[in-house]
Amino acid sequence: MSRIFWCLFFTVWPIIAIVVCAISPAMDWAFPGNREAATPLGQRIDDLFYLITGIVTVTFIGTMGALSYVLWKGSKNEDEKAWFSHGSHNLEVIWTIVPAGVLLFIALYQIDVWAIYRVRDHENRDVGPRPSHLVAEVTARQFEWRIRYPKPGTKFTTYKQIKAWLAKPHEGDVYAVNKLFVHLNRETLIYLKSADVQHAFFVPDLRVKQDAMPGQSIDIWFTVNKSGKFNLTCAELCGWGHYKMRGEVEAVEDLEAKVKELKDLQDYDGVTPPGTVPAGASEEATP
Amino acid sequence: MSTLNPAAAAHDDHHGHHELSFIRKYVFSTDHKMIAVQFLITTLLMLMLGGSLALGVRWQLAWPWQNMPVFGQMFGSEGGQISPEFYTMLFTMHATVMIFLVIIPILAGAFGNFLIPLMIGADDMAFPTLNMLSYWFMWPAIFFFGLSFYFGGAAAGWTSYPLLSALPEAAPGSGHAQNMWLVAVTFIGVSSMMGSVNYMTTIINMRAPGMTLFRMPLTIWSMFITAILQAFALPVLTAAGFMMLFDRAQLGGALEGIHTSFFVPSGIVVNNAAPTVGGGQALLWQHLFWFYSHPAVYIMLLPAMGMVSDMLAAMCRKPIFGYKPMAYSLAAIAGLGFIVWGHHMFTSGMNPALGMTFMVSTIMIALPSAIKTFNWIGTIWGGKIRFNTVTLNCIAFVSQFVVGGLSGIYMAAVPVDIYIHDTYFIVAHFHYVLFGATLFGVFGAIQFWFPKMFGRMMSERLGKIHFFLTFVGFNGTFFPMHLLGVAGMPRRYADPYIHPYLEHLMPMNQFITVCAIVMGLAQLILLYNWFSSIFWGTESGRNPWNANGVEWIAPSPPPHGNFEEIPIVYRGPYEYSSPLVEGRDYLMQTEYLPPPGSDDSGDAADDQPADDQPADDQPADDQPAEDADDES
Repeated sequence: MSRIFWCLFFTVWPIIAIVVCAISPAMDWAFPGNREAATPLGQRIDDLFYLITGIVTVTFIGTMGALSYVLWKGSKNEDEKAWFSHGSHNLEVIWTIVPAGVLLFIALYQIDVWAIYRVRDHENRDVGPRPSHLVAEVTARQFEWRIRYPKPGTKFTTYKQIKAWLAKPHEGDVYAVNKLFVHLNRETLIYLKSADVQHAFFVPDLRVKQDAMPGQSIDIWFTVNKSGKFNLTCAELCGWGHYKMRGEVEAVEDLEAKVKELKDLQDYDGVTPPGTVPAGASEEATP
Repeated sequence: MSTLNPAAAAHDDHHGHHELSFIRKYVFSTDHKMIAVQFLITTLLMLMLGGSLALGVRWQLAWPWQNMPVFGQMFGSEGGQISPEFYTMLFTMHATVMIFLVIIPILAGAFGNFLIPLMIGADDMAFPTLNMLSYWFMWPAIFFFGLSFYFGGAAAGWTSYPLLSALPEAAPGSGHAQNMWLVAVTFIGVSSMMGSVNYMTTIINMRAPGMTLFRMPLTIWSMFITAILQAFALPVLTAAGFMMLFDRAQLGGALEGIHTSFFVPSGIVVNNAAPTVGGGQALLWQHLFWFYSHPAVYIMLLPAMGMVSDMLAAMCRKPIFGYKPMAYSLAAIAGLGFIVWGHHMFTSGMNPALGMTFMVSTIMIALPSAIKTFNWIGTIWGGKIRFNTVTLNCIAFVSQFVVGGLSGIYMAAVPVDIYIHDTYFIVAHFHYVLFGATLFGVFGAIQFWFPKMFGRMMSERLGKIHFFLTFVGFNGTFFPMHLLGVAGMPRRYADPYIHPYLEHLMPMNQFITVCAIVMGLAQLILLYNWFSSIFWGTESGRNPWNANGVEWIAPSPPPHGNFEEIPIVYRGPYEYSSPLVEGRDYLMQTEYLPPPGSDDSGDAADDQPADDQPADDQPADDQPAEDADDES
C-alpha cells in the first residue's frame, strides 16, 4: 500500500510542476510587460528562453517518466533477487553522446545572440553603437540613479569626444534623478558608472542588465521599439536600501526636444518663463 | 610486525589499553567517529539557526513591515518589525551559516569523518589530532560569526562584493561586523583545509588490504575528489579574505599601517566619507571569490552524490549502474568546476569574449551531471526496492537534482542569464541543488548510517513524516521561485512591492512563506527523531540493511579502532543480488568466496585467488593471508 502511495507521490509532483508552469502566463507569473520584450535583442532572449524551456521540458518529462517507471517496476518486483547488472556500455555511450549533442547545440545556437549583443558590437563599432547614439551617463549611487545628458544639440562623432565628456561635468549638461529618457526605434548608448558601491542597471521589460562597477564606466546599448515607461531597478546588492532604487526609463520619439525641455526646466530661475532664452545664456552647440 | 599501514600500527599500540577520560573521549576526542558526531550535532543545530534566519527573510517578503512573531521579537526592532538593515543581515547570515556551518561541515566534517576510515577499513584517520583540531577550529568561526551579529551583522551578502564589504561606511553592518565575518571565514577555511589534507592522506595511504581504488565505494571517491577540490580552491578564498581585511581601514592595532587597496578604486565617496585613495579593482574580488566558491558548489554536492549512490544500490538491492562512469563523471565535474567560475559574472562588465568561454565550459559541466542522473535511474531499474526513509530521500535527491540541473541550463546560456541573473530564478536554482539535492541526500545518509553511529535505528514512521512534509514544503517554497524570477523579481529586496511590476507577486510570496514555515517546523521532527533514537531506538546489530560495505562488518557502534581485525577486501561494494551466493541478495566486500571449481569451499583462507590479490600500492607483506586465517 505504502509502495503505491510513494510511487504515485513521485509521479504526481512533476505533473503538478508542469501544470504550474503551463498556467503561469495566464496568472501573470511570467515575463513582465505582457510577456513581450521591448527590444529586438530582448525578443531574441525570450525566444532562446522558450527554446531552452522546450528542451528542458522534454528532458524533465523523460527523466521523471523513467524514474516513475523504474520505481513502479521495482516496487512490484516479486523475483527473489534484483537484476544483477553492472551497467551497459552501449547505454553509457548513448546517454553521453545524446546530451552532449543537445548541450553543444544550445551552446552554439545562443552564441550568436551573445555575439550580437556584446562581442561583435564591442569589437566592431561600425555595426554596433556609434558615438552619435550617446544618450546619457547614468551614475548609480546609494540609493538612486543620477542621470546626466550632454547639453542639447551636442553632436558626438568620436569616442574620444565621449571620453572627454565623461571625464568631467560640462557647462550646459542636463541633470536628472531616477528618470531616464531614451530613443524610440533608434539605438541608445548609455555609459554606466557607480559613485560608491556596486549596483546593477536592470530594466526587466528591455531584458537589459549591466553591473555598475566602482571605478569603471561601462557602455550599454539597446534599441527600444515599444513606446512607454519601463521600470528601472537595481539588481546587485548595494546596501540596506537596495530595494529602494526605483527608477523609470521612458522611450520617446524626439529625445532632443525632451532633453531640451528638461534643460529649460533646469535653467528656470522662477521668473523667466521656460522656453525663452535667459539673458546671457548661449545656445551655440559645442561640437 | 612490519607494516606500511600506520593505522594498523597505531591500532596495535593502544589496543585495549587505558580508559579515556570524559574530556578526551567526548570533547577533545581524536576518534574519528566521535568527531563526526560532534560535527553532526553542531551542524544540525546550525541548520536550525540558518533556517530561522531564512524564515525571517520569508516573513518580510510575505508581510513586509509587519511585526514578526517570535523571531522578530527576539532580534528585530520596534515590536518585531524587520528593518531593511536587519533584513540585509538576515539573508547574508542565512547563506553564511548554511554554507560554511552546515552544508560543508555536515558533508565533509560529519560524514567524511565517519565514513572514510570505516568504508576503507582503516581504524582511524591518518592524523587524528589534526582531525580534532579541524572540528575545534570551527568554534572560533562560530564565535566570530556570533560576534558579527553582535556588531550589527555582516550585511554585504555571503558573496561580500566590494565596495559594499570593503568600505566601513558603506553599510551599517560593514564596520566591525564585516571584519569579524572575514576572520570567521578564514577560520572555517583552516578547519576545512585540515580536514581535506587528512581525508586525502587517509584515502591514499590507509585503505585495507585489497581495497583498490576501483573497489572503493563511490562515497569515498566523492570524498576524495572533494578533498582535492578543497585543497586547491580554499587558499584562494583565504588569500582574498586577507586582502580584503588589509583593504579595510579601521583595523587598528598591529595592522594599523596596512591599508591596501586591492579592491578599492580611487575617488569613491560613500556616505559622505572622505574620497578613497587607491587604484584597485572591485572586479578582482569577484574573480578570486568565485574561483573558490564555484568549486565550493561541488564541495557542497559531490559527497552527497557519492552517498546517494551507495544508499540507492543498497536499497534497490542492485549493483550501481556504471560504476566507472560514475567515478569518472565525479572527476569530470570537479575538473570542469575549476573553469566555470566566470558564469557568476556574465553581467559584471568583464570582457564579453570571456563570457563565451565560460558559457561553453558551463554548458559542458551539465554533461557529467546528466550521466550521473541516468546512472542513478539505471541503478533503480530492475531493482527490488525497499520503500523506506532512506530510499525516499535518495529518490528525492535524484528528482530534485534533475530540476536544479535543468534550471542551470538557462543560466549557462549567457543571453538568458543576462535577464535572470540576480533574480529569484537563481535563488530557486541553487536551493534545488543545495537543499533539494544535498540536504535530501544528507537526510537519507543520517537515517542510513545512524545505526552504525549509535547501534540503534531511527524511527521509520517519523522519518517518513519528516520526509513527506519536507518534500512538499520544499517544492512549495522553491518551485514558485522560478516563476518569480521569470517575472523579474530581483534577489535581496526588503520590499519588492514598491516596484509596480512586482506588486501582483505578493500572494505568491505569501504562499511560499507558508510552505517555508511548514518545512521549517518539519525539521523539528528530524531533530526529535535523531536525539530520541540515540536512547530509545530499536537495536540494530552490525548490518541492519544487509549492505555490502566494509563499515557493516564492524560492531555498531564501532569501538575505538573500529574493526576487531583488519578487514580484507575481495570485491567492489556493489555486489547485490549476486548469483554467486544462494539464499541472500548481498555479498560483502570482505567475504571470501573460493574460486569456482575448487573443492575447499569450507576453508576460506588456504589459498588466495590470484585476481583478488591486493593491488600494488597495498602493503606488500603477507599479512592479509594471516588475518584471513584467523577468520576461518
